[in-house]
Amino acid sequence: MRVTRAFLLRGVLPVAALAAAGALAGCRQGGGGGGGGGNEILVGHFASMTGDTSTFGTETDRGIRLAMEELNAAGGVLGKQFRVQTQDDASKVEEAVTVVTGFANNPDMVAVLGEVASSRSKAAAPVLQAAQIPMVSPSSTNPDVTKVGDYIFRVCFIDPFQGYVMAKFAREQLKMDRVAILRDQKNDYSVGLANVFNDEFKKMGGTIVADVSYKEGDSDFRSQLAQVKPQRPQALYVPGYYGEVGTIARQARELGMNVPLMGGDGWDSPQLVAGAGGPGKALEGAYFSNHYSKDDKSERVQTFVKTFRAKYGSDPSALAAMGYDAMKLLADAITRAGSPDRKALRDALATTQNFKGVTGDITIDAQRNATKPAVVLQIQGNQFVYRATVQPPDAAKSASAK
Amino acid sequence: MSDFLQQVVIGVQLGSIYALIALGYTMVYGVLRLINFAHGDVFMVGAFVGFYAARALKLEEQPTLAGALITLLPVLLLAMVACAVLGLVIERLAYRPLRRAPRLTALITAIGVSLFLENAGQLLFGADPKFFPSVTPQGAGATLNLGGATISKDQLVLVVAAALLMAVLWYIVQRTRIGRAMRAVSHDADAAALMGINTDTVIAFTFGLGAALAGAGGMLFAALTYAKILPLMGIAIGLKAFVAAVVGGIGSIPGAMLGGLLMGLSESFVRGSGFSRWTEAVAFVLLIGVLLLRPAGLLGRFAPEKV
Repeated sequence: MRVTRAFLLRGVLPVAALAAAGALAGCRQGGGGGGGGGNEILVGHFASMTGDTSTFGTETDRGIRLAMEELNAAGGVLGKQFRVQTQDDASKVEEAVTVVTGFANNPDMVAVLGEVASSRSKAAAPVLQAAQIPMVSPSSTNPDVTKVGDYIFRVCFIDPFQGYVMAKFAREQLKMDRVAILRDQKNDYSVGLANVFNDEFKKMGGTIVADVSYKEGDSDFRSQLAQVKPQRPQALYVPGYYGEVGTIARQARELGMNVPLMGGDGWDSPQLVAGAGGPGKALEGAYFSNHYSKDDKSERVQTFVKTFRAKYGSDPSALAAMGYDAMKLLADAITRAGSPDRKALRDALATTQNFKGVTGDITIDAQRNATKPAVVLQIQGNQFVYRATVQPPDAAKSASAK
Repeated sequence: MSDFLQQVVIGVQLGSIYALIALGYTMVYGVLRLINFAHGDVFMVGAFVGFYAARALKLEEQPTLAGALITLLPVLLLAMVACAVLGLVIERLAYRPLRRAPRLTALITAIGVSLFLENAGQLLFGADPKFFPSVTPQGAGATLNLGGATISKDQLVLVVAAALLMAVLWYIVQRTRIGRAMRAVSHDADAAALMGINTDTVIAFTFGLGAALAGAGGMLFAALTYAKILPLMGIAIGLKAFVAAVVGGIGSIPGAMLGGLLMGLSESFVRGSGFSRWTEAVAFVLLIGVLLLRPAGLLGRFAPEKV
């Protein structure tokens, strides 16, 4: 019994005290939002501000806040100012659910932005769907996220599209015939991209000479690469995360395979080139698809890059651009809805047509996903250099029909 | 055939890393009957020390292999010394105060130390992966061809370095005074103390030695396999090395080496045959199988509990 009491005193009390403090803090925030029905529009943002993927949350939040400031400076929407309430989910799925449950219980909450990681968006979406609060994910690309329900939207393309983009780029611009695939078989994202690339590349008349797999966290890919090498591919498609790509590139070079690697937005990290041994090493000349490029010459992108730099002193990443677009698109939908009513906002979001975002023209389709172009970047030294923009298949079709 | 040889090469390389770590588990268990769960995290610290040393020394790709080895040697020694010190500190602060406490208390403390190192690592080094710069020559000439199997010289260096370290360990344990004291403490700590052996010194030395090997393993792993360096990298590798120590017979030094090799080979063969998803499953089935047939492990001795 004594042990139990000591445990209670030492272990449980501080936790209870913390929880109480948290609840108080929550009350305070809730009280402040009480005027939301009046002259402000309250938007929640759940984000990984700390933890394993803290750059996801902090970058996105920067984009969202820049958009909010611009909107408010221009007089807001419907005569009301925006207020974004950002709450950290510590890069944890359970925390994300807790945070959005708090949002859902706030009657003033008009809409919720978030998350980047598809796993966390997927976990949070059912809570917001049940509360009938529109949710807009800036950059969760897993197809399942918006399948949760009719209040869940996103402003990014979905995984399969990137497979199409790279297949088209490799076939039409690089004139490749023989490509090998190296997929991370435990990662839905990687498998999704690899499957679509495989189908589309074959449809366009190319050959997939080998299709092998690895697992995130592996350190040796030589066995798989040794299997691929005799097939003499002209490129390796490796749609995994940046942590393994550099190692794969180094080991491929080591085995004497001097062909370019190709990948998706999972490569987008300042750590990518370091993983390949540094600038000019194993990943030099490699290609990957992404949401946007800061080198895009269009005025929209350049203005955004300039204001972002002025505010934060660094170049906006794709995630920041997606956050910016998510916030601006939300404001556009509220304007079109004519009121910050959740149901009206949902209907307005669903009918978004050709919204001019910095990551391209965004149209929300019947599955509440964004139809928009992707860019292909090439690694040169430490830079990701803009190479091409690939339009979604339907837009391309209508363009060629003209 | 060449495929078989290729997988053997990769398996031996992986296995030598596992063996280096498994030795630390097994030696500490030998003298203290304690599973030092923080050992895998010492491996992680070794990788990070290597990384930061390489960055501070601005290591670059060397034109020759010999040049690369001379460049890497100080980094390796630094990682070993840093980890040995860490091992001594852990022993002094976390385990020595609990020398007379029930064994379970020490075990839970070990888990605590492990969590402490992992989270301190995330705080100190950040959760972003780091990568060791290429130091050995890359590109053409970096590989040898052996009966159709491609062996990179990096792999060869790694295996040879691990073998050398294990030879040094064998010498220390079998041929030196402190080694004899270690064996005596492992055999019967109380009797050894009665014979005038300072058991605290021996236990501290064992911790330092095991940690130095894990540090070497971490540094070699980071520098020669190009794998990413993460604060949580010690968990999975440490667990596999622990399984290796148990398969080989915990408390037995040759057992740890054998267990490490077996784990590495099973992993490379499973992965090479296209079942990467099943690597861990096969490793643990192997463990269960060995424990069913030989509960003390392949080279372990069954020691009845002294009352």
